[in-house]
Amino acid sequence: MAKGMREIKRSIKSTQNTKQITKAMEMVASAKLKRAQDAAVASRPYTDKIRDVVASIASGGGTIKHPMLQSREIKRTAYLVVTSDRGLAGGYNSNVLRKVWTEIQEKHASSAEYDVFVIGRKGRDYFKRRNVNIVEEVVGLSDSPTFADIKSLAAAAVKGFEEGKYDELKLVYNRFVNAISQIPTIKQLLPLDATQLSGGNTEGVKASYEYEPSAEAVLDVLLPKYAETVIYSAVLEGKASEFGARMTAMGNATKNATKMIASLTLTYNRARQAAITQEIAEIVGGANAQQQ
Amino acid sequence: MSTLLLEIVTPERTVYAQEVNMVSVKGADGELGILPNHIPLVTPLRIAPVIVKKDGVSEKIAVSGGFIEIRKDKVVILAESAELASNVDVTRAEAAKKRAEDRLSTKQSDVDQVRAELALQRALNRININK
Repeated sequence: MAKGMREIKRSIKSTQNTKQITKAMEMVASAKLKRAQDAAVASRPYTDKIRDVVASIASGGGTIKHPMLQSREIKRTAYLVVTSDRGLAGGYNSNVLRKVWTEIQEKHASSAEYDVFVIGRKGRDYFKRRNVNIVEEVVGLSDSPTFADIKSLAAAAVKGFEEGKYDELKLVYNRFVNAISQIPTIKQLLPLDATQLSGGNTEGVKASYEYEPSAEAVLDVLLPKYAETVIYSAVLEGKASEFGARMTAMGNATKNATKMIASLTLTYNRARQAAITQEIAEIVGGANAQQQ
Repeated sequence: MSTLLLEIVTPERTVYAQEVNMVSVKGADGELGILPNHIPLVTPLRIAPVIVKKDGVSEKIAVSGGFIEIRKDKVVILAESAELASNVDVTRAEAAKKRAEDRLSTKQSDVDQVRAELALQRALNRININK
């Protein structure tokens, strides 16, 4: 056996191993994607309901003022970035990080003008490398994160706004469209846009409620909760996007591995045939020489 | 006997959705007993068990960090966590209670104090509904 052949054989073997792994990862991701999607759907009633009630207060009272509903001059911005802990998910992390980094570069002259809240190891490392001030971080989130997992980070971000540390809070995450398409999105979370709130589902909002102790007091409790819930649903959507991205990336990797194995096998067979032909030629040549 | 639809929803899932006869909760301003055809009302809830009466049987549900929206024939409780008595992990709640008590006994900053107190309330709430 020629030396070249042995090498080709080895690389076929290693590509096969890689393919096996990527194939397994693809299947795992697709199973988890289903679960993450279900979780995102299950969280929807809660968000919708809070939005309904907030909208009904905002539209009913008319004169109700709340700091979280009012925009003020923007001096400092907080970014809440949702990334994953692990890579091998195509452009999932790099897309969202590039997006937020471009935004930061464009909008802010110095690093004193913004803070970052980050979810996921990839995002944390990215900002750490760039010496960005990370206020709070959550890493090692499970595949089906609970509200309690991100509650303290969400509450800290919302509180920062309430206390006037930040004048706006932006949420950066991968919006889940479908398994092959996730769009990195920057969403203005605070101050809340009251018109946007009532713009959605107006059915049922019309009912006029009594508020105990008062509409303002209820709003005080509800608005931070609403903001936290929006963050939670972004995290859930981020998870679904992560698995979607990983599934697609691993699907492509598997396809490429298959192609590579095919082309390597072809080269291997050619080399084998060439070796056999050469051997025959040698034997024939040797026999001819003896006869003469 | 007339009924109202009670829904208890957390960010993770819908915990409870059934027709019941009466709901009793502890609102920000005090206890509320809700029967069908109650006036529409919204109020935050304290950390306390919600008592549900259905066909003469009453059931307790541990609810924390929530508020209640009452309509004529429907009551929705939105909470950060809600657990039926059968779903409460009592050992975990006991551990949480102990942890919170330890933290309260050692004097700390105000923030930690408040947090520990809330944690204790939640733990007691969970334990109480199983009694």
